[in-house]
Amino acid sequence: MLVADQLTFQIGTKTLVQDISFKLSPGQLLVILGANGAGKSTLFHMLSGDKKPSNGKVTLNGKDLKTYTIQEIALMRAVVNQQNTMNMAFTAHEIVLMGRYPHSLKSSAVRDTEIAFKVMDLTGITYLSHRSYLSLSGGEQQRVQLSRVLAQIWDVENALLLMDEPVSNLDILYQQQTLAIAKKLAERGVMVLAILHDINLASQYADRIIMLKEGRKCYDGPPAHVLLSANIDDVFNIQADIFTNPITQKSFFIPKDITIDLD
Amino acid sequence: MVRKNALIYFVLIVVLVVASGFSMGMGAVKIPFTDVMIVLAQKIGLFGNHIVPDQFRGVLDIVRIPRVLLGIIVGAALGISGTAIQGIFRNPLAEPGLIGISAGASLMAVIIIVLELSIFASLSNLLGYYLLAFGAFAGAGIAALLVYQISRSDGRSNVATMLLAGIAINALAGALTGLLTYVADDQQLRNITFWMLGSLAGATWETVMAVTPFIIIPVLLLPRMGKALNAFALGEVQASQLGLKVNVIKRNVVVLATMGVGASVAVSGIIGFIGLLVPHIIRLIMGVDNRHVLPASAIFGALMLTLADMVCRTIVAPIELPIGVITALLGTPVFLYILIKDKRKLVL
Repeated sequence: MLVADQLTFQIGTKTLVQDISFKLSPGQLLVILGANGAGKSTLFHMLSGDKKPSNGKVTLNGKDLKTYTIQEIALMRAVVNQQNTMNMAFTAHEIVLMGRYPHSLKSSAVRDTEIAFKVMDLTGITYLSHRSYLSLSGGEQQRVQLSRVLAQIWDVENALLLMDEPVSNLDILYQQQTLAIAKKLAERGVMVLAILHDINLASQYADRIIMLKEGRKCYDGPPAHVLLSANIDDVFNIQADIFTNPITQKSFFIPKDITIDLD
Repeated sequence: MVRKNALIYFVLIVVLVVASGFSMGMGAVKIPFTDVMIVLAQKIGLFGNHIVPDQFRGVLDIVRIPRVLLGIIVGAALGISGTAIQGIFRNPLAEPGLIGISAGASLMAVIIIVLELSIFASLSNLLGYYLLAFGAFAGAGIAALLVYQISRSDGRSNVATMLLAGIAINALAGALTGLLTYVADDQQLRNITFWMLGSLAGATWETVMAVTPFIIIPVLLLPRMGKALNAFALGEVQASQLGLKVNVIKRNVVVLATMGVGASVAVSGIIGFIGLLVPHIIRLIMGVDNRHVLPASAIFGALMLTLADMVCRTIVAPIELPIGVITALLGTPVFLYILIKDKRKLVL
């Protein structure tokens, strides 16, 4: 279980995240939505341990995040980062294997390779195995990074998977695939938290959605309860028509045109 | 893959031994390869009774063996340090000479040369060399930390800033060194020139003994950082998410690498581009996995410097070219090639 307890983050007099609390249980896929600057990334970095909260605390599987060593954390949580820059020409396969580094004491090279091949097959990048990361397109690089992250928690129980805009560079097939994988992992008992921009993707895959506005949590619940026209107008300041997919019964949104006056 | 790499190590070592043997035979007194090998074998206690002319034996013992040995250890240090520094900076263009680490080392060395003579009678004793090595190590460390701090933003090093900071530090060290040349006497001036151009001409058994410990330590310990440096390539945040203590690793690698560079500069001055050339070629052959690139860079660095030294001693004999000139002539085109090839890919 991941527990955010009254998390607050301040820089100078500016409060980026204020008093956010929630619990994430194994098996759940939680999506964080919010406009630019709503505090999504700051909240994310506090949950991943990259930023220390000014107030409040994060608890992972019953223990304060601060009391873990970074090796211990690496054994149970993996992070898909928004930005990855590399200048060294590692192959896709080598990078995926790096996801197994935290396990090197207990795992074997054979097992690591087996897991690497499995996740690469899952994300559809097997054909990129021996290509240099630097020669890949943005979307391919993102899938390699996703595979590395999956390899890290592949055989971990009650793992935590944090994803910061995991589909930003992906085409529609791989957007769907990435979230379908996240959903499957959640079904296997992983706690998944993802920051997304696409409301329809959130509606399609999330078990639960938290919407942030100006650093605060305003809405929290299953997609059907949270994703209402009024709430979306409140959080994103945009009018949208809401429809129901007749097959899945899930809502989807089409924004209304906005008027731009160039003069 | 494992077998292929084992073969590469084997070939590199054999070529290094053969090249060293030839290098020891070359010079004003030509010594046949077999005689060189016999003398070397006798030094480690083999072939007790083969006869080699005393003149050959003397030349080898006093001049050639320490010189080639110095080339080997300095080359190994520069090669492996170059790889390690590139790993920490996460960039294949980081080279101790380019980013001011060698200049920092040489500035400290020059300061010690100009100021120390009042403290020590002469630099030719072992203590003097140790002092120089420590001073150069400190200078290298300070320069490395400066460049690192300046070039870092948001947890990653910015290549453009890194190279520009290197230019600044090189310029500063150059200016201060220039200033010191004004107060230096003739003998000191000659020493300073030697430091700026880089040369193995000062090789004696004493210099070899003096630098060996400073170089053995990084050459033995840096290869253990291979995995950590691989993870570093993903990014500092990413490495820490994989459970690595980023700051500890950074400190250890910088200390070890600057120790190697500092000690090398202390005995042979600034020999540029080895730290750039060697890892680049090794990566072309073996791939970029630092667990192999680090040890292979040490061996290949030793080989490169042995060959460069052979060229600079013989090409315009009896005059000897400074070895830094040869490595720069070979290294600059490679540097430009990497720049042009990767100009779109490198994150500036």
